[in-house]
Amino acid sequence: MKRFLTYAILIIGAIIMLLPFYWMVSTSFKAPQEVLSVPPKWFPSALNFSNYLNAMKSAPFGMFFFNSVLVALINTALQIITAALAGYAFARLDFRFKNALFLFFLGTMMIPMEVILVPNYMLLKYLGMHNTYFALIIPWAASVFGIFLVRQFVLSLPKELFESAEIDGCTHWQILWKIVFPSAKPVFISVGIFSLIGSWNSFLWPLIMTDSESMRTIPVGLAYFTAEFSTRYHLMMAAAVLSILPIILIYFFAQKQFVEGIATSGIKN
Amino acid sequence: MRRPAETSTAVFFLLPAFAVIFLFHVIPAIYAWYISFFKFDNLSPMIFTGFSNYARLLRDEMFWKALFNTFYFALGTIPLSILISVFIAVLLNQKIRGLSFFRTAYFLPVITSMNAVAMVWLWIFQPDIGLLNYLLGFFGVSRINWLMDPVWAMPAVIMVSIWKNIGYNIIIFLVGLQSIPGEYYEAAQLDGAGEVQTFRNVTWPLLMPTIFFVTLISLINSFHTFTQIYMLTPDGGPLKSTSVIVFYLYENAFKNFDMGYASAISFVVFLITFILTVLQNKFWGRNIHYGN
Repeated sequence: MKRFLTYAILIIGAIIMLLPFYWMVSTSFKAPQEVLSVPPKWFPSALNFSNYLNAMKSAPFGMFFFNSVLVALINTALQIITAALAGYAFARLDFRFKNALFLFFLGTMMIPMEVILVPNYMLLKYLGMHNTYFALIIPWAASVFGIFLVRQFVLSLPKELFESAEIDGCTHWQILWKIVFPSAKPVFISVGIFSLIGSWNSFLWPLIMTDSESMRTIPVGLAYFTAEFSTRYHLMMAAAVLSILPIILIYFFAQKQFVEGIATSGIKN
Repeated sequence: MRRPAETSTAVFFLLPAFAVIFLFHVIPAIYAWYISFFKFDNLSPMIFTGFSNYARLLRDEMFWKALFNTFYFALGTIPLSILISVFIAVLLNQKIRGLSFFRTAYFLPVITSMNAVAMVWLWIFQPDIGLLNYLLGFFGVSRINWLMDPVWAMPAVIMVSIWKNIGYNIIIFLVGLQSIPGEYYEAAQLDGAGEVQTFRNVTWPLLMPTIFFVTLISLINSFHTFTQIYMLTPDGGPLKSTSVIVFYLYENAFKNFDMGYASAISFVVFLITFILTVLQNKFWGRNIHYGN
């Protein structure tokens, strides 16, 4: 009885969680007049792939997709590189004001994105960088959280590992490349996944920092699409399905890393 | 012993991260505070107005409404979301079949973008042919004009937000549950405690640090809520009933181009999240010792 109840509740919950996704996919295949039927139809009478073609024709989703992928990948790569360098320096190198500088870095985590929105908008406009990839990527090229994670990881490695490498005459650059990088894969994967999801889903920043259609990322593209086609639900749903497919595919391939990444470093959302 | 070679390596290693954070985060943050003392529309020259933007905040009914809406949003989302996710996490924290299916089902909204899922919720909330009113009709609930009704717009936004983030909380609570030592449960069993008693006397109190942590994180996130408001109610809802603080900031900065005033609002956002973050760090520090 108890087991039955457990499964019943979990299954009802799962249905509630998945129903919006089902409704999204099912609507995306319906013919326009079918969408408006009362009562709603649970299954489309035919698979209208034309909705997808029409959605793609109504807005340059290929371009949005390209922009999102480009920004997310470069952003992630840069965050990993800057975190590796700075995290290693804070863990292994000896220099003046190290602790003060580290605290300073940690302190900047307190600055909410909303606070720097207006000044960055002004700064990037002034530099003529508004509406460029630069504006979408460079301000987010370093993550203090990532630096912190790498530092903690390097500190946890046995000292002998570094000492013997130093005796062999390795430079810090070589140590970072040959010792830290291979062994810190899990850390870089969590930093990477966080950065990837963050960049892929980020909305307010690209909304403000771009104004031409050709610079829009998927979330911004979807927002404009919604404003323009707000009553043509079959097209909206086709666009929504297209936009979530890549991240769902990645999730199925890297499910474990996703969940573990959230669980171990679920400190930052 | 400080070797000079290390200093130059350190400079080289730290420079990229430092440059980005200093140029695009620290200086802008200071500048935001600076322009909050000016009247500024991004076109005409800045006019120094002292504390008048802050004085205006105190008098501005829309600002207080936005603050109220933010608290309404937080109170509507957090307790309910925590109750549901603790409950689901406890159920999932057993030997059950199909665990990865359930995990995926509850986690899917977390990884998909708010913009995309808000689109389907717009469609679900459609008052005449939408799915929600159709389903509620079976329970005798009459037509609700969800996003166009000042009473229902915020509950609709809250519903979407709970649905979207519950999977995240479930994962955190699962970790919390797994860190509770098994001996506690064995002891409870020996004492003949039932399911409900065990939950009340073992699970809930030992999960308390995690619950507190999730509450603070959720509170901080509430003060940054924007995307679902913008997607579901692009004008801040009927009678501005969903205009939360970041939405109000956005409208002032990028619709009215009242950037000095918007910066004063951003200072309030900073202050509130600063206090919450300090609380969270204090607590998090204690929690690490709590485990052992």
